[in-house]
Amino acid sequence: MAKVTFVQFSGETTTIDADNGDSVMKIALDNLVPGIDADCGGECSCATCHILVESEWMVRVGAGNDQENAMLGLNPDREPNSRLSCQIAMTDELNGLVVNLPEFQY
Amino acid sequence: MSEAINTREEIVVDPYSIPLDGHFNVAQSHLFEQNAHWAYFERLRKEAPVHFCEESEFGPYWSITRFEDIMHVDTNHKVFSSEGGITLGDQDEDFTLPMFIAMDPPKHDDQRKVVSPVVAPINLVKLESTIRARAANLLDALPVGEEIDWVDRISIELTTQMLATLFDFPFEQRRKLTRWSDVATANLEQGIIESEDQRREELVECLTTFIEIFKERQQTPGDNDLITMLAHGDSTKDMLERPMEFLGNLILLIVGGNDTTRNSITGGILALNQHPDQYQKLRENPGLIASMVPEIIRWQTPLAHMRRRALEDTVIGGKTIKKGDKVVMWYVSGNRDESAIETPDKFIIDRAKPRQHLSFGFGIHRCMGNRLAEMQLRIVWEEILKRFDTVEVVGEPTYIRSAFVKGYAHLPVVLHKK
Repeated sequence: MAKVTFVQFSGETTTIDADNGDSVMKIALDNLVPGIDADCGGECSCATCHILVESEWMVRVGAGNDQENAMLGLNPDREPNSRLSCQIAMTDELNGLVVNLPEFQY
Repeated sequence: MSEAINTREEIVVDPYSIPLDGHFNVAQSHLFEQNAHWAYFERLRKEAPVHFCEESEFGPYWSITRFEDIMHVDTNHKVFSSEGGITLGDQDEDFTLPMFIAMDPPKHDDQRKVVSPVVAPINLVKLESTIRARAANLLDALPVGEEIDWVDRISIELTTQMLATLFDFPFEQRRKLTRWSDVATANLEQGIIESEDQRREELVECLTTFIEIFKERQQTPGDNDLITMLAHGDSTKDMLERPMEFLGNLILLIVGGNDTTRNSITGGILALNQHPDQYQKLRENPGLIASMVPEIIRWQTPLAHMRRRALEDTVIGGKTIKKGDKVVMWYVSGNRDESAIETPDKFIIDRAKPRQHLSFGFGIHRCMGNRLAEMQLRIVWEEILKRFDTVEVVGEPTYIRSAFVKGYAHLPVVLHKK
């Protein structure tokens, strides 16, 4: 089990006890955390599960692969800490992770 | 025009009665005009999901018909290139229109980024009240209890008004946009244009009209319209030096924002009439509009396919696709693939994951206007439900003769007041 906290654009937070191996996207959908659309269902091909990783976690979360970067590249709201949540799997190392949801998904 | 179409009597052959060989050809526009393509795709999905057609009016091509295989092709832009065109037919060689949908990175990304903010959600919030007011006006002006053509009165008019707003195009001349959209995508069999010369002539008129608007907006920028964005975007502000590229991207935006939403607005009416239990569910719970909208877009699949070209030899489903081959992703088939979507032929307005459909494509070419399209459909349905108990379909729809734009020329309806 590892904890992940979602911070809505409005500031509201939700903390979930997640199973290791689940993607951050799946955790949000399974627990009805709003703000993630996930149109493609976790295939890294729609970019509607965009999140902004809390800066201090960026080192541990790391950067995405080429495909993820290509998809994120189309988003005008992309920031240096942007990631697609379908591509981040929970591990013990990420216990306590904080991610911010953007105002909109594209 | 429509008479010319109706006099052509092509016989539709039962796809199960012919051999599934290199002559089995789904890309025949009359199959779509007669709404007879479904069984062809069903057979391909079951028996030859990656199928090579050796001979067609578009030359040889591969058909990809299953959801997962389509996803594979769409998300592998390094192997499956969009350069040179994204429909089955090749462009007129003397009149090629470069547009970012038919480009690979990095040029695709640069040009797309310039125009995508216009349909970004933050902008849509600003557009919502305008769209709602226009939809309300249109619906209020419709006669109740008599037969009207839903396509012309609502679907075309509403999407055209929207487009005029996005371009900040002279409002009273807005039907020119509809015309240019139709001219750009028509095949010669449809009767919309009589020759390629006529197509060129009309599209050049479109270009000259927009060159004037572009120059105007260079001097006096508008408030967030598409032409102002192009005129001031770093990678597009010199676009007038490349007029064909300018025209190509205009056509892309005009067609992208027009045909697709138009046919989904009509398709929703037809789907609800064919599934009265769903219409009743919707009347009882208008909150279901949110999940009905993506279901309409799946069920309709307003663009039947997108095409790629293989940049290297590659294997899908055990078949070797050769470098240079045309590869057609049949979204219309993948959206009815029972291995990816439960009871796919049924229109169900409260599906659990309604947005998992192929109509917008996936990967870097995914539809840029998807949220705008969804918003337009949502608003039009919210306004319909406020006014009418039923929009009743009272005759057969007339389908468009095209293997690309999947939609309707006419749909006779009668409105019943609430």
